[in-house]
Amino acid sequence: MAIGVKVMKRPERQVSYVRAALKGMALTFKHMLQPKVTMQYPEEKSTADARGTWAISPRWRGTHRMMADEQGRTKCVACGLCPQICPANCIKLVPGEDAEGNRYPLIYEIDEFRCVFCGYCQEVCPEEAIHVGVHYENAEYSRSRFVYDLERLGSQVHPVSTLWDPSDPRGE
Amino acid sequence: MSPEFKGFLLFSILKMLVVFTAVLVGVALLTLMERKVSAWMQNRRGPNRVGWAGLLQPAADGVKNIIKEETFPASANLLIFTLAPAMAFVPALLLSAVIPWAAPFPVAVDARLPLIGQVSYHGPLSMAVVDLPVGFLFVLAISSLGVYGIALAGWASNNKYSLLGGLRSSAQMVSYEVAMGMSLIPVLLLAGNVTFARIIEVQQAGLWFVLPLLLSCFVFLVAGFAETNRLPFDLPEAESELVAGYHTEYSAMKFSMFPLAEYANMTTVSAMVVTLFFGGWDLPGPWAPAPGLWLTVLTGGVMVVKVLFFLFLFMWVRWTLPRFRYDQLMALGWKVLLPIALLYIMVMAFTIWVVEKWLGPGSPRLAMLVLFGLNLVLGYFVFFILDRGWIVSGSYRRPTPPTSSTLPAPSAPGAP
Repeated sequence: MAIGVKVMKRPERQVSYVRAALKGMALTFKHMLQPKVTMQYPEEKSTADARGTWAISPRWRGTHRMMADEQGRTKCVACGLCPQICPANCIKLVPGEDAEGNRYPLIYEIDEFRCVFCGYCQEVCPEEAIHVGVHYENAEYSRSRFVYDLERLGSQVHPVSTLWDPSDPRGE
Repeated sequence: MSPEFKGFLLFSILKMLVVFTAVLVGVALLTLMERKVSAWMQNRRGPNRVGWAGLLQPAADGVKNIIKEETFPASANLLIFTLAPAMAFVPALLLSAVIPWAAPFPVAVDARLPLIGQVSYHGPLSMAVVDLPVGFLFVLAISSLGVYGIALAGWASNNKYSLLGGLRSSAQMVSYEVAMGMSLIPVLLLAGNVTFARIIEVQQAGLWFVLPLLLSCFVFLVAGFAETNRLPFDLPEAESELVAGYHTEYSAMKFSMFPLAEYANMTTVSAMVVTLFFGGWDLPGPWAPAPGLWLTVLTGGVMVVKVLFFLFLFMWVRWTLPRFRYDQLMALGWKVLLPIALLYIMVMAFTIWVVEKWLGPGSPRLAMLVLFGLNLVLGYFVFFILDRGWIVSGSYRRPTPPTSSTLPAPSAPGAP
């Protein structure tokens, strides 16, 4: 008998052990026969358009993409709104101007390590150029590879995020 | 050496090789089974990366454990620290030698072999490595040696948690050994002998002892769970309180000897339950086949299936029931199981005597059916009582502490 253990006078159904144990055993056995929920990750991946229970949310905010127009030129006009709004200060933009006076980015780099994936850059972009992507496999062999330059941002092909719309909060 | 002795020696060595290889491989595979069962019970898949369905996982674990760094605590007693895992493992393995794994195999060999010369063996070959006349007494004796490994591991580590784990383990194993031994006396009364072969014969003639000795089987099974330190009673490990208990300081292969010993013990206890209460390798049915190779193989398969069921039961219980508190553990051992076992001995001794006087020795099956009827009644009452909180509240019967109304009224402040 333990010393100083307060023993409550409990109703019988709370102190029953045999029935409770048998009930628990039945429950665990039932679980054995249920379908398994494990996703076999490297073989089976979750994507935005995946069917079934493991679809990644279309609102997922992952590594960025820079969109191009029909002629294959980057849509970015180097307006400077995204480095302005970026709370993590991870976007480096040096604007340039061609002979006709069209602005374009000379340097556009995003440091994905500093990025907090808030999606403000996509929200603020007037040209719908920069987007956060529905993508999660970002492993690299060196830290320097995580600074995505313009070419890298433009060559990504993964789907882009559908940001939360305040006027349609449930995405309907 | 006579050819008969050479034949006995040859077959013994063969049986040793087969049984120990099978048990060692089986124990390694049990670690996989445990992880698979636990995964299934949690709607997961379990290890399935190494080999087909993860079957090579134990091999991968073994390789990992062997090439891992061995650490030694600075102030450990190195000799005992190194010996303890072996001391836990060897008795566990030793026990698999006396279990009859299949029906005896009739052998008639008279051959001249190279190197060893004339060899002869005639008569039924027991499928236990040694067919000991002392039977389950040997199992009880050797299984209690396993506590040395655990207690010394805890002590030699020079770590307070390890020491507590070792002490808990020795207290627990000593306590439950009493109930375990007592629960086997009705088997002795009914079978009239302690050898496994004889016990199986009596069960074949009558009924499996789980029916006429239901409560013995229950007490033995619970005590077996406690003896192997399996989950409702795994106080020695108790990771939420003692880090990892007695094997906190162990690493690499020395660590993995402890789980292996645990699984070997589980196998032994399962084989004991099967042999003593579930007919051993016996397959019930209205048939009496001639002994031969296929009968031995078939009964071996039956034995393996039965043992696997009890191993599954061990795992099933482990992933269902939470751990006991220490006072509950001790109260269950000394205040519930031991009295049940002792009373049961008296009741069964009296009933067996009465039934034998009444029915005579000619109809063992009918006599056991009568005992089974009595057991149903007894079992109902025992479970009825146990379900009133006797198990979970070790100190349930303590008089309630005085309430405020019975306490003397506090004297008013300022009174003299």
